[in-house]
Amino acid sequence: MLAIYKREMRAYFTTPIGYIFAAIFLCLSAAVFSYSTIYQLSADTSTYFTVMVFSFVILLPLLTMKTFSEERRSRTEQLLLTAPVTLTGIVCAKFLAAFTVFFACTLLSSLNFLILYTHAQPETATILGNLLALVLVGMAFLAVGIFISSLCESQLAASVVTVAVLLLFLVISLANSLIDVAWLRFLLNGLSVFTRFQNFTRGIFDIAAIFYYLSLTAVFLFLTVRVYDRRRFS
Amino acid sequence: MIKIEHLVKNYGSHVALSDVSFEISEGEIVGFLGPNGAGKSTTMNIITGCLSSTSGTVTVDGKDVLEDPLEAKRLIGYLPETPPLYPDMSVEEYLNFVYDLKRCTLDRKAHIGEICASVRITDVRRRLIRNLSKGYRQRVGIAQALVGNPPVLIFDEPTVGLDPKQIIEVRNLLRTLSRTHTVILSTHILQEVQAICGRLIIINDGVIVADRRTEELTRVIRDNRRYRLRVAGPQKEVLELLRNLPGIERAEALTERDGEAFSFSFESAAGIDVRRPLFFRLAERGYPVYGLEAVGMDLEDIFLQLVDHPEQSLESMAAARSRRRK
Repeated sequence: MLAIYKREMRAYFTTPIGYIFAAIFLCLSAAVFSYSTIYQLSADTSTYFTVMVFSFVILLPLLTMKTFSEERRSRTEQLLLTAPVTLTGIVCAKFLAAFTVFFACTLLSSLNFLILYTHAQPETATILGNLLALVLVGMAFLAVGIFISSLCESQLAASVVTVAVLLLFLVISLANSLIDVAWLRFLLNGLSVFTRFQNFTRGIFDIAAIFYYLSLTAVFLFLTVRVYDRRRFS
Repeated sequence: MIKIEHLVKNYGSHVALSDVSFEISEGEIVGFLGPNGAGKSTTMNIITGCLSSTSGTVTVDGKDVLEDPLEAKRLIGYLPETPPLYPDMSVEEYLNFVYDLKRCTLDRKAHIGEICASVRITDVRRRLIRNLSKGYRQRVGIAQALVGNPPVLIFDEPTVGLDPKQIIEVRNLLRTLSRTHTVILSTHILQEVQAICGRLIIINDGVIVADRRTEELTRVIRDNRRYRLRVAGPQKEVLELLRNLPGIERAEALTERDGEAFSFSFESAAGIDVRRPLFFRLAERGYPVYGLEAVGMDLEDIFLQLVDHPEQSLESMAAARSRRRK
């Protein structure tokens, strides 16, 4: 498992994809941050976090699109499948590698907040809560991306489908204004990643949301394992 | 070493393997032969744990591939049809990755160096796999299978797409490896198995049609008494002469003609070598012999026969072949 993790990490940074991701992520976060706080002379970070969550829809598929589709296309998956490693090990290693890159970028971009402290008294607890939620949403999105990559043989297809699915997850509750059925609205609100994320930007630490994000991650990683398990039988 | 019992594999309604059983003991080198789509790769993928069987069991050194996959996989080195290479890695990085992946405990540097030397890729160790020629890639694929020194090696069509020189190199390599490993080799090239393998398993349409030692098949070929003759002389009279010569059966003229020389085929009766009397008789008549050669029954024939009539014995096959030629 460690071997696969190391190879994935290496692959991110011997191909341009890791650098492209880091560059876009850091530039975007810096730009959004300076615009939403410094230019506005405000210590309110809710706009920043909202924009970042939306940017994940486009950014995170960059990290996940290759994970399984490329292995399948070049038939290197046979090497992994015949090695003494479990399927869960393979999936987790790939997930952890993508998560490491994502997490490192999030940490780096969090240095932005230090600037706030030199000029204002931002609410540290809110910022930390938001950061945690941001990382967890990222985790869930990566898991979704990996799952979709395991279904596709082409990177491009994987990335396009992932973007679509992530967007759906994020904004599914927008359909609520068109729906009269109360229980359906409740369900869509529950499924929406963004509705739950808004609680954090309002300064509420939503335990249920944290569980929701973690469950999403676990479910999609499990589904990825199942995809491979199923394929052996078909 | 490898034991396969009643293996069945269905892809939806398509039956890829139906009730395949065989056993391979330690140190054997077995050729797995069959036309494309016969079930060779499916069988190999099941042995290596890439695919699951619909029913039946596979054990490697007593370890069930389904129940104890990690232990079983540790014993197998596998080269799939397409070598599983990462083009963005150098050969050395790749082999190190495989080393880690298989959780080897041998001395890393010495082991990888040894493998590189044995498949002769030492000179390309630092090059990116993407820039290697097909022959080198195949060898890196073989190297990958050797990492961890697994007792069982499974190669799926290792010489496909290589040029003749590379084919010979790979075959020599396989022969060397077979001294220390149990090897299964799948191919649809007959000379290949004939050259390397001690035993042949022939599969067609998901059913094993023959499972024999290679010598057994070769003996049939050697026992053959068919000849081909080229004589410069009038076709009719030579044929007449052949038919009248004691010890010759089933003489016939072939359509082939080379200037004034005609070709004939005949079969000698059991226990009689007709070549000497034939030569002198023809010389007597003033018809020079341009060529006389024994025509072996090649594996191609045997193979086609087995595939068409799996129930026939090899002996009756030889007879059937003579009838067919007649």
